[in-house]
Amino acid sequence: MPSNDLFTYSIALADDALILGQRLTEWVSNAPTLEEELALANVALDHIGRARMFYGHAGQLVDDGRSEDDLAFGRDCREFTNLLINELPRGDFAFTMVRQFFVDAFNVPFLTALIQSSEPTLAAIGAKAVKESTYHLRRSRDWMLRLGDGSAESHSRTQRAIDELWGYTPELFEAFAAEDRLAEAGLAPDRGALKSQWRNTVDATFAEATLRCPTAAWSVRGGRGGVHTEHLGHLLAQMQYLQRTYPGQQW
Amino acid sequence: MVLVPAARAERLATRRRASDDSLWALLDAVKDPEIPALSLWELGVLQDVYHEGSCVTVVITPTYSGCPALHAMEQAVREHLTVAGHPNVRVVTRLAPPWTTDWLSTSARRLLYEYGIAPPTADVIGCPQCGSTHTARISEFGSTACKALYRCGDCGEPFDYFKPL
Repeated sequence: MPSNDLFTYSIALADDALILGQRLTEWVSNAPTLEEELALANVALDHIGRARMFYGHAGQLVDDGRSEDDLAFGRDCREFTNLLINELPRGDFAFTMVRQFFVDAFNVPFLTALIQSSEPTLAAIGAKAVKESTYHLRRSRDWMLRLGDGSAESHSRTQRAIDELWGYTPELFEAFAAEDRLAEAGLAPDRGALKSQWRNTVDATFAEATLRCPTAAWSVRGGRGGVHTEHLGHLLAQMQYLQRTYPGQQW
Repeated sequence: MVLVPAARAERLATRRRASDDSLWALLDAVKDPEIPALSLWELGVLQDVYHEGSCVTVVITPTYSGCPALHAMEQAVREHLTVAGHPNVRVVTRLAPPWTTDWLSTSARRLLYEYGIAPPTADVIGCPQCGSTHTARISEFGSTACKALYRCGDCGEPFDYFKPL
């Protein structure tokens, strides 16, 4: 059992969920309507809960006394391995919803495939989380239709968000070395194989929403290697403040 | 005749197999902190409880991954058992099988309705205030992770809907 690989993998999936969850919480008290505020906070909560399950699993694998909190609040920027798309600043509401739609459209097939993992905890997390992501996708897809096929203003902002985010989506489908080995052994899904399903969801939604997929070929990557945008450090400074100032503090 | 869904039948069987029914009866008094109309058992959070040597082990499962009430539920379980003379309590969180609203019994659904929350359904959603089926969704999400927000077209009251999962 390649437990080092499983640890690295669980941390990567936890970081993805935590960082996106933290970005979503930034809308609390800033959302356009009360209902959207509740929705964004609830989606954030699902992601943070998912992060806790993955960190908890990682913590059990190494058994070096590090808790979920240590893993979330005690690591520096270069040690975080989340995909870059999750850490980008929340932008306007259109940007937040386009990002959410891209991630949800990936998470549904990814978590569905994770249920097949021969590692029972990963499979259980997949089974639990896919139900939530399916619900998230229903909502983020609905927002694509409403914003894309809405007013001229909502359309142009949504299209601009798509153009800005597009180059961050290829990284969703790039496995790192440990993940490749786990996939080979039947412990992790082959994320590269999920691209066509993701693209079909995106194409069908954008066609209905009168939005277009960019043709630009640029793309950025680096999150899995700990090479981040300048934005992650700021996010961590805020998120980790309490545990950094009062180490080990408990509720 | 409507058969009990397999997932619910399995939970009932676990409870029937229990060697000590008094522990289950004790925990029936522990209510969901956010929906006090339901016990943890009725909500589907409580999965199992049994003696293990001098210790009482309680198995719970979260409704939603990030449900913030889970910690409060664990505390409430500990308190109830301690007061009843079982100070040595181990609470285990189990993820599989994932929580589903299929575990809500008919009586649990009725309790929700009487409390003012429309129970999960594949059918039309009825207003728990006036019974009208002329209802519309306001938001996919409500005051807690497990609910969405609806409004009645007849009496005009907004109400919570317990989302099927």
